[in-house]
Amino acid sequence: MTQTTGKPLTKERLLALYRTMLVIRRTEEQLARAHQAGLIHGACHTYVGEEAVATGVCANLRADDAVFSTHRGHGHALAKGVNPAALMAELFGRATGVSRGRGGSMHLFAPEVGLMGTSGIVGPCILQAAGAGYSFKLLNTDRVGVAFFGDGAANNGAFHEGLNMASIWKLPALFVCENNLYATEVPFSQSAGNPNVAERSAAYGMPGVLVDGNNVVKVYEAAREAVQRARSGGGPTLIECRTYRTRAHSEGMRDAGYRSADEVEAWKARDPLKLLAAQLPADDIAAVESEVKAQVDAAYDFARNSPYPDPATATTHVFSE
Amino acid sequence: MRELTYTAAAREALAAAMAKDPSIFVVGEGIGARGGNFNTTAGLYDLYGPMRLRDTPIAERGFIGLCAGAAMTGARPVVDFMFLDFILDAMGELINQVAKMQYMSDGRLKMPIVLRGSVGVGGSAATHHSGNYYSIFAHIPGFRVVLPSTPYDAKGLFNTALRGDDPVMFLEHKLLLNTKGPVPEDDYAIPFGQASVVREGGRDCRVTVVALAAMLRKTLDACDQLAKDGISVEVIDPRTVAPLDMDTILQSLHKTGRLLIVDETFAPCGIGAEIAAQAVDRALDDLDAPVKRLNGAHTPTPYSPPLEAAVIPNAATIEQAIRDLLAE
Ligand SMILES: Cc1ncc(C[n+]2csc(CCOP(=O)(O)OP(=O)(O)O)c2C)c(N)n1
Ligand SMILES: [Mg+2]
Repeated sequence: MTQTTGKPLTKERLLALYRTMLVIRRTEEQLARAHQAGLIHGACHTYVGEEAVATGVCANLRADDAVFSTHRGHGHALAKGVNPAALMAELFGRATGVSRGRGGSMHLFAPEVGLMGTSGIVGPCILQAAGAGYSFKLLNTDRVGVAFFGDGAANNGAFHEGLNMASIWKLPALFVCENNLYATEVPFSQSAGNPNVAERSAAYGMPGVLVDGNNVVKVYEAAREAVQRARSGGGPTLIECRTYRTRAHSEGMRDAGYRSADEVEAWKARDPLKLLAAQLPADDIAAVESEVKAQVDAAYDFARNSPYPDPATATTHVFSE
Repeated sequence: MRELTYTAAAREALAAAMAKDPSIFVVGEGIGARGGNFNTTAGLYDLYGPMRLRDTPIAERGFIGLCAGAAMTGARPVVDFMFLDFILDAMGELINQVAKMQYMSDGRLKMPIVLRGSVGVGGSAATHHSGNYYSIFAHIPGFRVVLPSTPYDAKGLFNTALRGDDPVMFLEHKLLLNTKGPVPEDDYAIPFGQASVVREGGRDCRVTVVALAAMLRKTLDACDQLAKDGISVEVIDPRTVAPLDMDTILQSLHKTGRLLIVDETFAPCGIGAEIAAQAVDRALDDLDAPVKRLNGAHTPTPYSPPLEAAVIPNAATIEQAIRDLLAE
């Protein structure tokens, strides 16, 4: 693990991080209920338990930095600035959704806040983030490209090709591996010859950091250093965040037979929201709770009452004109 | 008029576009200081350096994926494959990402990416370097698929590719790369979806032949032979298979009553089948005979010259196919 140094975060900053994590948590819980109620028409992979990763990383990003996400992308979208109402509306298939109802959970697009897509395909986000880095360097900006991806994706060829190109061309990019120990039901220890992802960075000649992905402050600090390096021309960084999803791989899927209840409980005891809340005044936490509850309730009402898209739009935008 | 090779004509378009637009960059293997295996970028590295003429690792999937990300964030990549066969390593990136991005983002992201490379059977390139997969790409919503047959078209179509915001497959038949032809110096662009009537039939013309890329020259040779017997043929080069200019083909069919599609690549589910289906669908009353196709054999491409020659149409087989159709 790399030591990150820097000033301790202010209470305001910590509360802001808490708030983002809570928006993700409450939105996901609402989505899970909506899934059970039949309001979500397709897949829904929640981010419950992993909130600290997207939150800690995106708190270091600007709206014009580009995030490329995964099938488990609600947290990335919300942390990057997507409104929970537009996210829920998308999963409900409504015209007011971020992708106007044509994408659902795995095709969330909000380029106006730098969310360049969640994805139904494991792997390409790594290459696209490197490509954003290429573009930002070519165009002489100080923007950065960020890929979030799972431990499963770390075994995909895109990881190898993407990290190598980012390294040889010193691209302003961040590769954030969310190692939640499983790809669906396959333990990472059984699919990786060396299950330490951060160590692989050495093979590509770039810095690699292993952080506690349930500790938002640690994630924040590691990402801050990596983003600064990228912005100042120092090239890419691989950050491995060890974390855990505490719900099933996907809503409605079984969640037994491949991991023990003890393991799940042990990780729940290290819930990223609890860990941070313990450092903050209870009054402040309560205030954030009620604020976020109101926001998520309103988002749900908005989404549920939004119209479905006009079928005439089903074939628009295949081409640019 | 000044004559240029097919490759030089496309390069002139690329060089002029790069001079004007700093967001254009080229990636590929050996396209930097080396100037491209087929001289596609000769001289450009000295002008623009490594950031805009980027030699890549042998990572086709990787650099297409990277270029997709670059195109989504304001750059205009040109991917130079040398042989387009290598693109097959990246089909997931192409079909799931590049082709679908504008749709998925409801038009808020653009995908201005040009994918170019040599295609087609010839020169004993053998089966890993002779691919001709344009019908596959034309099947997928989201791609523009371009097959220039002359230096003039190569420059004009490349200009259109570089100016649009869609992914373009720019497919350069390997037998055409060094062919020469007249190319104007000005910066003209040829719109996609505009077929060219390469040889106009006379008033007594009773057959239309559609031919693409390297098949065009062979078809014209066949027509010269037929002309000696007083047989007139109208020849149409669609130039782009996506979009496909069916109107020009049907106008000709209306005049001639017969249609033959000469296509170097495979018949099943191919562009010839598409043209035939549309002709039957939209112009049944114009047809005096069944629509016919003359295709390459449905086989991988062999190496030995007599084997290679046996799997693609040539002027003699084209001439015979036209005679057969006229006898229907
Ligand atoms: C290329 C590809 N292969 C397979 C799948 C099916 N799939 C969806 S999620 C998943 C597991 C991904 O695991 P990981 O990357 O660790 O992410 P996690 O779900 O744990 O967040 C698989 C195999 C896919 N979407 N894309
Ligand atoms: Mg995983």
